Amino acid sequence: MEISTSQYKHCDVIKVTGRLDSFTSPKLAEELAKVNNQNRYKLILDFTNLDFVSSAGLRVLIAGLKNCKRYNRGELVVAGLSPAIQSVFELAGFHRIFKIFPDVLSAVGSF
Amino acid sequence: MPTRTFAGVYASLAEIAEFVRFSVKDANLSASEQFSLETAVDEAVSNIIEHAYQGEGKGTIRCQVRVGTDSIKVILEDHGKTFDPSLVPSPKLHGVLKNRSNHGLGYYMMCQLVDDIKFDFTDKRNRLTISKNISKSVEPA
Repeated sequence: MEISTSQYKHCDVIKVTGRLDSFTSPKLAEELAKVNNQNRYKLILDFTNLDFVSSAGLRVLIAGLKNCKRYNRGELVVAGLSPAIQSVFELAGFHRIFKIFPDVLSAVGSF
Repeated sequence: MPTRTFAGVYASLAEIAEFVRFSVKDANLSASEQFSLETAVDEAVSNIIEHAYQGEGKGTIRCQVRVGTDSIKVILEDHGKTFDPSLVPSPKLHGVLKNRSNHGLGYYMMCQLVDDIKFDFTDKRNRLTISKNISKSVEPA
């Protein structure tokens, strides 16, 4: 899995490429913590090139969402889900709690 | 039948996924069936490492793939603690965010994504058989 973060005026975009599983999800948790520690809580997870997500990855996402939304200080949204990743979100009920955008551009526009 | 033994570490997850994908390549699974099988196997292996072995590097996981005409079976064997699926809590899928708990989500996903899951515990060996039916889909993987 590869992670790259780009900082914009109103939000940060964290691009995740590859597999998000029990092995790789701690790396995403570290990146989210690193960005939050810079007092940046308006985040977009760009999943355009995400191939796979397991429940371990989903646990990191929900922890990240809770942390960003705490004290109404921000939001964690996701963008660019493939049909397979979208189906995992729906199976886990995550489509009810995450804002999901078709692409990064529309997600950036939401902040 | 393709069979391989992997180290019981999370770094094996991608290797096991690749092994299963290669083993079923001629089975005409649809893309969604293949993704479902891969996800279920990933969740099962993660559970073995976390719950049966209670950590990484404590044992091995033997993976066998049986491709039939109507279904695929992935058999995972370990020598860790016995796993009682009846003790796994159901995840809360409909609560508001602050009440969401994802304990049990992996096992729930595993059960939802495949057609049958069978546990056997014999001779200090745990065997999990995951079965996925092959539809006559026209959507190639």
